[in-house]
Amino acid sequence: MKKLLILSGKGGTGKTTVASAFIKLSSAKAFADCDVDAPNLHLIMQQKLEPKKIDYLGMGKAKIDSEKCVNCGLCQIKCSFDAIKKYKECYNVDAYSCEGCGVCEAICYARAIKVYPDIAGELMLYKNDFTFSTAQLKMGSGTSGKLVTEVKKQLDLAEINTKIAIIDGSPGIGCPVIASLSGVDMVLIVSEPSLSGISDMKRIISTAQKFAVKTVVCVNKYDTNLENTIKIEKLCEEFELDFVGRIPFDSNVVKAVNKGKSIVEFDCLATDAIKSVFDKTINILNT
Amino acid sequence: MASYLYLMISMPDFTIMEESKMKIAVLSGKGGTGKTFISVNLAAASPKAIYVDCDVEEPNGHIFFRPKELTYEIVSVMTPVVDHSKCNGCRTCVEFCKFNALAYINKKIMIFDDVCHSCGGCTILCPEKAISEKKKAIGTIQKGISENVKVITGMLNTGESSGVPIIKKLNEDILPNTDLTIIDCPPGSACIVIESIKVADYCILVAEPTLFGCHNLNMVYKLVQLFNKPFGVVLNKCIEGENPSEEFCTKHGIPILLQIKFCSDLGRINSNGLIAVREKQEYKDLFSLLLKSLPGGTV
Amino acid sequence: MTYVHLLQSILHKRMKARINNMKIAIPVDDKSIESKVCISFGRTPYFLIYETDTKQSVFLDNNAIASQGGAGIKAAQAIVDEGVNILITPRCGENAAEVLKPANIKLYKTVNDSIEDNIEAFTNGKLSLLDDIHAGFHNHGGK
Repeated sequence: MKKLLILSGKGGTGKTTVASAFIKLSSAKAFADCDVDAPNLHLIMQQKLEPKKIDYLGMGKAKIDSEKCVNCGLCQIKCSFDAIKKYKECYNVDAYSCEGCGVCEAICYARAIKVYPDIAGELMLYKNDFTFSTAQLKMGSGTSGKLVTEVKKQLDLAEINTKIAIIDGSPGIGCPVIASLSGVDMVLIVSEPSLSGISDMKRIISTAQKFAVKTVVCVNKYDTNLENTIKIEKLCEEFELDFVGRIPFDSNVVKAVNKGKSIVEFDCLATDAIKSVFDKTINILNT
Repeated sequence: MASYLYLMISMPDFTIMEESKMKIAVLSGKGGTGKTFISVNLAAASPKAIYVDCDVEEPNGHIFFRPKELTYEIVSVMTPVVDHSKCNGCRTCVEFCKFNALAYINKKIMIFDDVCHSCGGCTILCPEKAISEKKKAIGTIQKGISENVKVITGMLNTGESSGVPIIKKLNEDILPNTDLTIIDCPPGSACIVIESIKVADYCILVAEPTLFGCHNLNMVYKLVQLFNKPFGVVLNKCIEGENPSEEFCTKHGIPILLQIKFCSDLGRINSNGLIAVREKQEYKDLFSLLLKSLPGGTV
Repeated sequence: MTYVHLLQSILHKRMKARINNMKIAIPVDDKSIESKVCISFGRTPYFLIYETDTKQSVFLDNNAIASQGGAGIKAAQAIVDEGVNILITPRCGENAAEVLKPANIKLYKTVNDSIEDNIEAFTNGKLSLLDDIHAGFHNHGGK
């Protein structure tokens, strides 16, 4: 099974739109959404069935037992994350700031603090004649990288007999992106022709190159700025990356998304362009 | 031209406040909705303002402002250093560390900076006081001026795991200021976003008129409610037809401050890294109006 | 041969056997000799610990699997503490490799996912050293 990861650097360039199109075009039996902070793929894959859900445990969170607490305030002084606050004569841990390091638990003379397991998100697995792995990180959590790994692991363990798996990635260059990069066969970068888009694209290219993963690039909404589109194509030449095509801005994309469908179910300019990008990408993936 | 941009004030009984002195955070559940576009133009439209870029992984505001008179400040966290002559191999530090940043091999402690979360636990707990701390740079804060705007940009070094310490430092800088401050937040609702809105008096949630936009608007909607921040929504890139995000706001009684129709002129200006309010008077008028209509500190 | 010489010869043979005894660790998916080799080192559920002289195997739970980050470091510490000399694995991250180096643990690359094949290949000197150490995943839980 070959794994294709779709990244962008900048948010909103069209990763999920392209990913869903590729899934339909390739009839992939395995796909995943690694944007665990803001997963969107499930909205257009028309999941009528309920997924199998598993709690994802993140770093623990500390809790202070007010009955045992002697109000010495030592925990507040020693907490490196400003997670302990005094409120009406009581010391409390702010769960959103707590990183579960255990320092407060270790230094409390009154043994009033304990670190408890904390549910930081939920893994979901849809299984039908396809396998779709996704997850949702709980608001305020900080351990997205490991959850992304769990999403990919679910896909691996499902042992699906399919040639290609499509993975919808997350924006940025940090934690979740790096986790999604491991073990993939190729990355497709969906860029947009704006200065911010180009700047972010450079950072994601350098991240992917650190992991020595084959990378190809396409431009979405290319006709919103032709000059910048050409800049991107030149950059690809400079970085020696294959450029796999341009996709025009098409208002049909919004219509498709709002109907919970993939764009390729519509007959339009964007669909034609995406089909061409798809063909070129798969060709390179299979060589 | 003004026909395609219109202002909606759904809750007319708000007091119209002087726009100065407020700290306004701009966030969205989803990337690419226009946080930076709104933040940059709000700051530029004000007579005097501070723009703070908290999207430390992919800071973009400075691309538009091109600030001058730049100064840099390095942001560091503390990581442990072992005095091997004092270490007796008790391994208290190794067993304690929840991040596995220490190992004891060949009678020596090894420290792994890149997984250390700087909690200070090993330093505090070492019975022989063999561990002390050193600084490790994780990012930078760039400060500069762009006409009427003081531009403060947080930048995380690639490979670092968390930008939260940079946001904490940015908040320290923002808090004592009395000028209008616009905080451009990272996308999503993870811990770094929570840190970015900590000192905000008001939150503007930016949403796209798509199913994705609406779904992710829901996440930040929950976030601002959880932290008791007054908020309003700006709908961006609106086109003809259904607007799930608008329906969401109506359903939940959320004030819609502004609806900006998709406009290729604005798109072009933005994609060329230009600031709309500095290019055309009508955009400046629009954002000034938006500023003036923001409600006061309590709802 | 005198009695002393006999004793010396027995002691010498025993010492030689001890010196030649190798303790090998292999990351595995299940606690069984039929199990497959696990593709991850830091996040393997178990380690097979095999002694070449006794040909005995024991299975070690890998406590690093629950870690948010630094799993390779913790897993490496555990096998160092076990007195392992050889690690046979498909992959190893840079942090784990850094832990294993001062402990003089040699890293070999697996030939396939069968435990028996790999042990046999090692015994016959057919395994090659693992030299492509991958970059750390920096708290990202990597696999």
